[in-house]
Amino acid sequence: MPQELNEEKLKDLKNKANKVRQLIIEMLVEAGSGHSGGPLGMADIFTAFYFHILNHDPKNPDWDDRDRLILSNGHICPVRYATMALSGYFPIKELKTLRKINSRLQGHPHCGSLPGLETTSGPLGEGLSQAIGMALAGRMDKKSYYVYCLTSDGEHEEGNTWEAVMFAAKNKLNNLIQVIDRNYIQIDGTTESVMPLDPLKEKYESFNWNAIEIDGNDIKSFIEAIAKAKLVPDRPTIIIARTIPGKGVSFMENDYHWHGKPPNKEEAARALNELRVLQEKIQNE
Amino acid sequence: MLNPDLKLNPKLFEADAEVKATRAGYGEGLLQLGEENPNVVALCADLTESTYAHLFAQKFPERFFQVGVAEQNMAAIAAGLAISGKIPFISSYATFSPGKNWETIRTTIIYNQANVKIAGHHAGIMTGPDGATHQATEDIASVRSWPNLKILVPCDSIEGKKATIAAGETEGPIYLRFTRDKTPIITTIDSPFEIGKIQTFWTSEKPVATIFAMGYMLYYALVAAKELETEGIQVLVVNVSTIKPLDENALLSLAKQTGAFVSVEDHQVAGGLGGAIAQWSTKNIPTPMEFIGLQDTFAESGKPAELIEKYKMGKDHIKAAVKTVIQRSARL
Repeated sequence: MPQELNEEKLKDLKNKANKVRQLIIEMLVEAGSGHSGGPLGMADIFTAFYFHILNHDPKNPDWDDRDRLILSNGHICPVRYATMALSGYFPIKELKTLRKINSRLQGHPHCGSLPGLETTSGPLGEGLSQAIGMALAGRMDKKSYYVYCLTSDGEHEEGNTWEAVMFAAKNKLNNLIQVIDRNYIQIDGTTESVMPLDPLKEKYESFNWNAIEIDGNDIKSFIEAIAKAKLVPDRPTIIIARTIPGKGVSFMENDYHWHGKPPNKEEAARALNELRVLQEKIQNE
Repeated sequence: MLNPDLKLNPKLFEADAEVKATRAGYGEGLLQLGEENPNVVALCADLTESTYAHLFAQKFPERFFQVGVAEQNMAAIAAGLAISGKIPFISSYATFSPGKNWETIRTTIIYNQANVKIAGHHAGIMTGPDGATHQATEDIASVRSWPNLKILVPCDSIEGKKATIAAGETEGPIYLRFTRDKTPIITTIDSPFEIGKIQTFWTSEKPVATIFAMGYMLYYALVAAKELETEGIQVLVVNVSTIKPLDENALLSLAKQTGAFVSVEDHQVAGGLGGAIAQWSTKNIPTPMEFIGLQDTFAESGKPAELIEKYKMGKDHIKAAVKTVIQRSARL
């Protein structure tokens, strides 16, 4: 079960998130294709999940009572792979196989290839519905696990997302917690220029969800939001996590051009340099 | 004659032969599965009665999920339930599921190898007055290329019940195809059924052609065979209740016996039963073939019997196809 979040633990989580970011850069430059912005932006949340929030066992990924973590926007899988490797699901050196032939690390996650993924994703708008199925099954089987579903703001343009939003509220799925990566970018530009989504919190509240808005790059706020979500007895919760895409790498931050491309070798070296400077800062805090 | 080994309906060709929709068999099979296995769950997208899922929903309300008019949601929720150990049956009209939610099924059910059963109802022009929007005539073509999917098309309501139960007892994704209108009951409860096996329903001593029929169209094929016999043309009629995987061993022996094929299906001739058999035979034992079905066109509103005639899928068209194809057979 999750430990208490003291200063020492928080520092450890920040350190791990930084390490995850370095692994993401190393994976992407090796792969030569893939997404940079989203994975870097979500490194704090993934670290909080795998190293503090989730009730899981990396050596027994199919354990019946585990919490489920569904990644709906599968294209940010480098951050999931990096965090899973760091927490012991598979060797860190395997990260270098991302997107290569015979790899378990498919360009978009395939659950038949790698244990611990829960499902396959990539095509947008489908994760929340699958998370609902798992939450329904958990309720029918009287299990106490939580189902966490990570979504993106861009995929809220998919009608399927809203079909799922309505169904989850109708069925009062309080064992379902959605975390949306509200980073305001998608492939063709900003979300508000492609298809405006704000006011998002009010939208969810009017669909009878509990909605909490936080800074998604603040690990402490995120962990506190999860704790609050678990107190709601009769509604699903969405945590609107405002993140900075490309977080930690100055020339990638908030630039939608980095949504869907990897760094080249020179850019990767600069990125890793910046991340190592940040790492020292964290350690000296 | 009707194959005596299969214990088929002896009154099949009589005027008062019993008729019942194959979709009723789905409802009865699902209900029985629900009684036998607590992990069986059902979902429906606002078509509960017309897909006969209401029998299950009334008996097991805690295991039935009404998703509203949202076929993508239905498919992906079912995937999540299956990943968590349940055996979900999803039902809607085939034009919407697997039509509208095709990619959702592809990713979350088929690629995931999730143990979901997809029941596509109101298939074919047999849907009648609703018109072509609601007549699924491309559903098999749209799912046949999915790896690791089984496709079942029962010929009557009794086989519909057996196919549904067999699907629930078989691990992995399965597509089941049902029709709306009442059609003749061809089999009996004692007739054998097995996923992956095709069966010769009409046998002859010296057959010159094999008619492969799918679903209720088997009835028209049997009537054609009976009439052809009086004209001195002997054929075999085969019930292809599993379209995928094809029963290749049986196909090979049938091809060797007759040397001419006719496929009969309430579906586009492209990508359906005929396409599957033609692809197999071209590789293994090239055989002249004729194709009964929709010829690259949508149908329209009308009574099923009127549509069958207008779109050249009735017993006389089947007979003509047999006469045409045997002219090309190397055996003659």
